[in-house]
Amino acid sequence: MNNVRDKKRANKSLPFFFRTEFKVFFTIILISTILLISTFSFDTVPPILNRGIQPATFPKGLLVLIITLTSIIYYLSFKKPWKKEKNLPKPFFLTILSFIIFIIISKTLDFFLAIAVLSVFVSYYWGERRIFYLLLVSIIFPLVVFIFFEMILGLRFPPGIITNLYYY
Amino acid sequence: MMAPLFSSKLLLVLLFGTLFGLVLGVLPGLGPTTGGALILPFTMTLDPLSAIILLTSIYCAGTYGGAITAVLINTPGTPAAAATCLDGYPLAQKGEAGRALGMATVSSTVGGIFSVIVLVFFAPILANLAYEFGQPEYFALAIFGLTMLASIGDGSPIKNLIAGAFGILISTVGKDFMTSIDRFTYGINELSVGIGFIPVVVGLFAISEMLTQSTLLDQVFKRVALKAVKLPTKDDYKKTWKTILRSSGIGSFIGVLPAEGGTVASLIGYSEAKRFSKNPEEFGKGSVEGIAGAEAANNAATGGAMVPTLALGIPGSATTAVILTGLIIHGVRPGPDLFKEQPEFLYGIFGAMLVANILFFIFGFFGAKIFARITLVPNKILWPMIFAVSVCGTYSLSQSIIDVWIMLFFGVLGFFMRRYGFSVVPVIIGLILGELVEGTLRQSIVIFDGNWLMFLTRPIALTFFILSLIALAFPLIRSKKNKKII
Repeated sequence: MNNVRDKKRANKSLPFFFRTEFKVFFTIILISTILLISTFSFDTVPPILNRGIQPATFPKGLLVLIITLTSIIYYLSFKKPWKKEKNLPKPFFLTILSFIIFIIISKTLDFFLAIAVLSVFVSYYWGERRIFYLLLVSIIFPLVVFIFFEMILGLRFPPGIITNLYYY
Repeated sequence: MMAPLFSSKLLLVLLFGTLFGLVLGVLPGLGPTTGGALILPFTMTLDPLSAIILLTSIYCAGTYGGAITAVLINTPGTPAAAATCLDGYPLAQKGEAGRALGMATVSSTVGGIFSVIVLVFFAPILANLAYEFGQPEYFALAIFGLTMLASIGDGSPIKNLIAGAFGILISTVGKDFMTSIDRFTYGINELSVGIGFIPVVVGLFAISEMLTQSTLLDQVFKRVALKAVKLPTKDDYKKTWKTILRSSGIGSFIGVLPAEGGTVASLIGYSEAKRFSKNPEEFGKGSVEGIAGAEAANNAATGGAMVPTLALGIPGSATTAVILTGLIIHGVRPGPDLFKEQPEFLYGIFGAMLVANILFFIFGFFGAKIFARITLVPNKILWPMIFAVSVCGTYSLSQSIIDVWIMLFFGVLGFFMRRYGFSVVPVIIGLILGELVEGTLRQSIVIFDGNWLMFLTRPIALTFFILSLIALAFPLIRSKKNKKII
């Protein structure tokens, strides 16, 4: 019981800039402010073509609403601090890393290869060691999906070192 | 009503949709919303009726499928089955998993069929009313739909509203549909056409769930053995028939409300079952009334949620937002004209929902044991496969690699949103309603010559605004009572 209470208090006892509430508040406000500033660079239309309001007005209103509501939840968090979340485990960061690798490979080498690499990477780091299942998730299944999309939907995947072998 | 269904192709689609929906419902983290979004590209090879029948059967069966996992491994297969865990699992632990699933199957079927009847009667009435709607009324209705987000199941009211506003903001990316002026495109040509619905849905649901699963690798599920699903006994029926009917009514009503869905319906259905029960002390310890209350309500919400979707083009839930996208992709414009011009199309959907409810009863009754085995597929194999389908599915709609990256971005964003208590459902509803909100607002301002107060001179619009205020105030008052606003 005391442990639970201590954990809950832990978040409150941290300096404000380390607290989850502040980090969430700061991130939303920062991004919203940047977006809000960018709306001032939107083109305007002459009054004759203007349908009610300028194109920038509606997004501006939304961003002001988001900033206001975020400020309210941050203010309310002083009265009731959020519970501290558990630290993220290593597989989470490896999965994020696999997304980055996927983007790089799909952009530079091959879309299909990127799927295969991500699948084997994720499956391995999530604990799979059996070769057959690693082959299943990285080659057999993506190949089935690839052929299925290609034949049923007539989809043409982006060119790449492996995809080109199939197409040409 | 059933005539359009008497074709082998449609029956096959219905059969596949029901089976696929059950599989999706059984797998925790997936569900009819993600499944519908993933299968949407495949529907392009089908005619509009087959496509929508596929999506609606996935919706009906997927909502029920969540109960199987809720009862057997105490993990809701879908959020709408969360309340089913409360009594389903304790009853299964007592060695009565078959009885728990039997009750869930019967009450889900009754709730589902009840809601289809509601849909058949109320959708045309609502559609007729919609003839009275002009741009200001549609704007007020969309605002009402968005304010209803404040009271959806998970997430706090204010966080839900932030997420909803964010969803609308996403809809403004790209060329302004009235003036063709670029907004938030930052010189990226691909963004000029806006951010697609599918990359956002697949990212927020499937990819964020994949990230969530990466944090739960050490989680061990305690499975309860299931011999066979048993139909409820006479005593069980006596105990629960009122609860099933009440929850069917509650679920259908909640479903009709824009943006609300099965999750809210099941929670209210469950709490009302407890309130009216002669044995409230049994709730949480394996009460069949608890299972019936939650399951009848969440399945009743499926038909209810289709009412505003078909009659007004306002989604009743996250999954109906996917169905709405399916309708639009296939060139079907929901609204009053649809009822006038294509009644056979609508009756096809109504009939399909009815048959889907009967089919999932049969599959659930005889096949729950097999479906439960699907949960034995380890995450380390399942999720890389889901990733492959997500990537190909997202890419296929507009054959754009940018869509895949957008999906990944929203996957990471969705993970952190859920981690910090923001529901992702409002983002989806906001995104789908965004264009309607902005378009009707701007046209209304033109009609009113810039005088905003003119909104108050339109009785229907005024009613929706008042309802919006109530929708905003209700969860805030309720949360203040429970001290849970943030």
